[in-house]
Amino acid sequence: MSGLVFSRRGLIGAASAGLGGLALSGCDRLTQAPSVDHFVRGAQGLSLSAQRLLLAGQPLAREFAAKDISPVFKANGSTMPNDDAYLASMDGNFADWKLQIDGLVAAPRAFSLADLKALPSRTQITRHDCVEGWSAIGGWTGVQLHRLLSMVQVLPKARFVVFHCADDLDDSLDGSGQYYESIDLFDAFHPQTILAYAMNGSPLTVAHGAPLRLRVERQLGYKQAKYVMRVELVERFDHFKGGQGGYWEDRGYEWYGGI
Amino acid sequence: MTDITADHPAAAPAEPAREVIYRHRLVVRITHWINVLAISLLLMSGLQIFNAHPHLYVGQYGADADKPWLELTATGTEANPRGVTRIGGLQFDTTGVLGVSKRADGAVSIRGFPRWATLPSDRNLAVGRRWHFFLAWILVINGLAYVAWGLVSGHFRKDLAPTGEDIKPRNVWRSIIDHARLKHPAGEEAKRYNILQKFAYLAMIVVVLPGVVLTGMTMSPGIDAALPWLVDLFGGRPTARSIHFVCANLIVLFVIVHVVEVFLAGVVNEMRSMITGRYVVPQEHAR
Repeated sequence: MSGLVFSRRGLIGAASAGLGGLALSGCDRLTQAPSVDHFVRGAQGLSLSAQRLLLAGQPLAREFAAKDISPVFKANGSTMPNDDAYLASMDGNFADWKLQIDGLVAAPRAFSLADLKALPSRTQITRHDCVEGWSAIGGWTGVQLHRLLSMVQVLPKARFVVFHCADDLDDSLDGSGQYYESIDLFDAFHPQTILAYAMNGSPLTVAHGAPLRLRVERQLGYKQAKYVMRVELVERFDHFKGGQGGYWEDRGYEWYGGI
Repeated sequence: MTDITADHPAAAPAEPAREVIYRHRLVVRITHWINVLAISLLLMSGLQIFNAHPHLYVGQYGADADKPWLELTATGTEANPRGVTRIGGLQFDTTGVLGVSKRADGAVSIRGFPRWATLPSDRNLAVGRRWHFFLAWILVINGLAYVAWGLVSGHFRKDLAPTGEDIKPRNVWRSIIDHARLKHPAGEEAKRYNILQKFAYLAMIVVVLPGVVLTGMTMSPGIDAALPWLVDLFGGRPTARSIHFVCANLIVLFVIVHVVEVFLAGVVNEMRSMITGRYVVPQEHAR
């Protein structure tokens, strides 16, 4: 009856082999199951709550010295929008370009680039972290978002700031690929959250989002919307495009890009 | 079925009664198996994330234009790419595994780690991240529970802390020789961890696992704003990302040695001890 011993040994062997095989083929099935996915996404809320607890005092992201700036700052995503109105404006050096701020505000307003540059500015040299894993250090100059928000008088119902952009990453005809992003008021009123018109001391280039891009320093690169045309205050963002609050969010990435 | 042991030479009548001890307590067993699951999937989802930018740097910044110390890349023609792994000044052709490997349909594709090593198999950074952060919470909660229990129960003090006897050079040397000869302790010695085991486990518990968690946390720009000293401790985010990768490799190395040792020491007995807690003490003469 040595079979007893062998069968037990065989059982564990078979179980391990089976588990290995299951792990290989089963992992993909696991990641594709909607109920499992819903459960796994649950951790995102936990991460956001934990970070908000740690960030309650609204600390600043690390600011670097000019000597720390990356020799080459990689331009990622769109580097040249194909929108006709944008291109026309670009040809005129953005002289006729206007930033519209509206939605849940008492005094909607449009700002020209000259209007924005006339306001007090903030310059910050910060590290940009792409979701892919690379980092680059660059200097940004622009208007603090909270300054603009107080000028348009945000209504109490507003909870999120949506940034509508000129670029369409998919070159879609129906606008479904148009870039947009959203942040909540916690980040919108942070002193380092700026709409930048200059980079490393020079006017923002088209590759980096001219004439105006968002810098929300405690979040990842995909939150730093380029080619911002319109800022809209909303109570919720589930009626925009994919409903997840941003171009990459609609394609599966976390809305909270602080992690 | 009257005499199960009749034709089993190992259980001859002259054999002394086999000694069974309760080796692993319930908390150790539960946290061990949660670790097995979490670390396996963390590794695979981590490789998926790594594949989004398979280059590692040292310093405060690091991107395409900067010099990596390690990268998985491709050379050759588009029709016939060669997978290349570069570490410092060294370069290896790793076609088929690293840099260039096959897609599900058999076509050749340029990607860091191959599809069998990543979660999910196909390129999907969003899903890889989602799983990685979910599992990171599991690993951290599981780890904290284990450490709290280990301190309170005396597990660390009694089972893992090296004794004065343990760290005598003669004993350490003997343990190294025993391992090199694939000789495993028996009798009383088999009831406790040997010094190399203690070193390996403590290195994981005190250095590598906390290291992988803390460097992982510094990948987060939110954490870096809240706890700037942490990313400074590791010398910048790109350096921390490199250390994160090295820690992950050390975990893989640990697991390989660990599993090999389990097989050498007797897979049935070792597995049973980590499932039911019960362990049959090997007899002296069986060596």
